[in-house]
Amino acid sequence: MNKDLSFHCLQNQMRQGDLSAQSVLQGCLDRIQAHNSSLNALIHLDAKDAMQQAVQIDQAIQRGDNLENKPLLGIPVAIKDNIAQLDQPMTCASKMLRQFISPYDATVTRALREAGAVLVGRANLDEFAMGSSTETSFHGVSRNPWDKDRIPGGSSGGSAAAVSAAFCLGALGSDTGGSIRQPASYCGCVGLKPSYGRVSRFGLTAFASSLDQIGPLTLKVEDAARMLGVIAGHDPKDSTSVKAPSEDYVSGLGQDIKGMKIGLPSEYFVEGLDPEVRRAIDVAIKTLENLGALICPISLPHTEFAIATYYVICTAEASANLARFDGIRYGHREEGKDPLELYNRTRGSGFGEEVKRRILLGTYVLSSGYYDAYYLRAQKVRTLIRQDFERAFEKVDLMLTPTVPSTAFELGEKASDPLQMYLTDIFTISANLVGNCGISIPCGFSENPRLPIGLQLMGRPFEEQKLLQVAYAYEQATQWKMEPPL
Amino acid sequence: MSEESFDMHYVARLARLNLTEEEHVTMGSQVEQILGYIKQLQSVEIDETIQPTAHPIPMSNVTRPDAVTASLDQAKALENAPLQANGLFMVPKIVE
Repeated sequence: MNKDLSFHCLQNQMRQGDLSAQSVLQGCLDRIQAHNSSLNALIHLDAKDAMQQAVQIDQAIQRGDNLENKPLLGIPVAIKDNIAQLDQPMTCASKMLRQFISPYDATVTRALREAGAVLVGRANLDEFAMGSSTETSFHGVSRNPWDKDRIPGGSSGGSAAAVSAAFCLGALGSDTGGSIRQPASYCGCVGLKPSYGRVSRFGLTAFASSLDQIGPLTLKVEDAARMLGVIAGHDPKDSTSVKAPSEDYVSGLGQDIKGMKIGLPSEYFVEGLDPEVRRAIDVAIKTLENLGALICPISLPHTEFAIATYYVICTAEASANLARFDGIRYGHREEGKDPLELYNRTRGSGFGEEVKRRILLGTYVLSSGYYDAYYLRAQKVRTLIRQDFERAFEKVDLMLTPTVPSTAFELGEKASDPLQMYLTDIFTISANLVGNCGISIPCGFSENPRLPIGLQLMGRPFEEQKLLQVAYAYEQATQWKMEPPL
Repeated sequence: MSEESFDMHYVARLARLNLTEEEHVTMGSQVEQILGYIKQLQSVEIDETIQPTAHPIPMSNVTRPDAVTASLDQAKALENAPLQANGLFMVPKIVE
C-alpha cells in the first residue's frame, strides 16, 4: 500500500486512474483484519457495504463523471458510534442502545457521503461519550496503537485509534470537553474541535447540548481542513448551527505565519504538567517563533474553576438529554407493572456506571433547593471564563497549550477514581465552555515509553482558518513520523 | 451547599434510576467526593453584573418557516421500538 496516505496524494492517484478506491479501502480492511481484534477501535464493520461504496466510486471515475465537487472521493472514513448512519447500528457504546439501528443519516454523515467518502465502520467510544479513556464502553476498552497496555483516550478513543492505525484515513468524533483533542493527542493524530455552532449536531446523540460539537480526526492537518470544509455549515435541522458563510479551509494553508500572535496562558504551565510534555511544548514554541510567530504571555485567571464548572453544566445537561432513554420508543427495555417501574428498571439496568453517576450528579445540581447554588453559579462562572478568553484574545490571535498534562495512561489506572479521570480534561474543557475552536496536533514523543505528545492551539470562535494555518505551518516545519509500532 | 445534604435515594428516584445496594454505596461516596470538589465554585467572587451563560453563542428565537415537509415514516419510526403493535408503541397500563 502507498506510504503517503494524505487525501491529496490518494485522490490525485485515484482521479488519474493509478489507484482505485477499492484498493485504498482494501488496504484499510487488511489492517483492520490484522489489528482490530487487539485494538477494538471499530465496534461494527460492514465491509460489504463499504466495498460497494468503493465500487460505485471507481465506476464513476471510469465513466468520467464530473467529480469536481467531491473533496473526500474514495477516502475511507470511520464514524463515532454516537453519530447516526442510515441502516447501521448506533449503540453509543451502551447496553441501552445495543440493538439500535439508525433510521436516518446525521447531517454530517450525509455530507460525507455527498463528498465521496467511503463509510467504513463505527468507532468505539466511552458510553454516551462520557469518559476520557473508552473504558466505560459497553463493548470493552479500545487500546492505544502505540502501547496496547494503555488507553487511547476518550471519549472518541476508537476514532483516534482507528486513524492512528490507518484502519481509515479520517474519522468523525464528538468533543464535549476534549473528546476529540485528548484522544488525538494520546494516539498521535490530528483532532479538530470546530467552534460551537460551526457543524450541525443533527443526528449526534446529545450529551451536553451547549458543549457538544462534531469534528474530524486525521493523520494530517490538511486532511482535517478538508473534512471540516465538508461537514461545516448551517443546517435548518440544528437551530444552534450558525448562519456563517461556508469557508475554504484548505487554500489558506501554506501562508506564512509571520507576525501571528500566539498567547501562552500562564495558568496552563504549572505544577502537574509532565516534564516531558513541558519540554516538547517548549521546543514547539521555539519552532513557531522561528517561523515568525510572536509569542506573548497571557492570563486566564479563572482556569482553576473550569473543571468544576464543566462538571456541573455537562452533568445537568446530560441528565436532561438522557431522560429520553426510558424503554418506550427505542432501545433496551425491562418490563414493569406500570410505566414508572418500567422506567426505573430499564434505566437502572441499561446505563453503565459512569452514565448513572453523571445523571445523578446532574439531577442533583438541578434539583429544587440546589439549582442556584450549583447550576446557576456554574453558569455565572462560565461567564467569567468566557470573559477571560475575550480579554486574552484582544491581545493574541491564538493560544498554545499542551493538549493534556501527560501522555496516555495505563488501562485501569484511573478507572476507579472518577475525579482523577475528570482532571485530565483540564486544558481542553474551556474551549467547550467558551465555544472556541481548538486543535490538537502531534509535537513529539516521550522517551520511555515512547508515546505521542500533542499540542493544542485554540482560536476565537469561527477563526478555524487561522487555527489551521498555524497548525499546518508547524506540521510542515516538523514532519513528525506518526507510525505506531503495530 | 453541603454535600452532606446529598440524599442518594431521593436523587435516584428523581432520575428514575433503580440502583443496587452496592451502587448506592460506591456511587454515593463518589458523587459526594465530586461534589466536594465542585464546592470550590463557592469561593469565586461573582458580582451582580455577571449574567449566567447558558449557551456559548448568543442566539434567541430561532424559527423556521411554518411549512409542511417530509418526515420519518411511521414504520421506520417504529423499527427500534422494544414493543409495538398496530402502528403504536406498547406500554404498560397507565389508567386503572
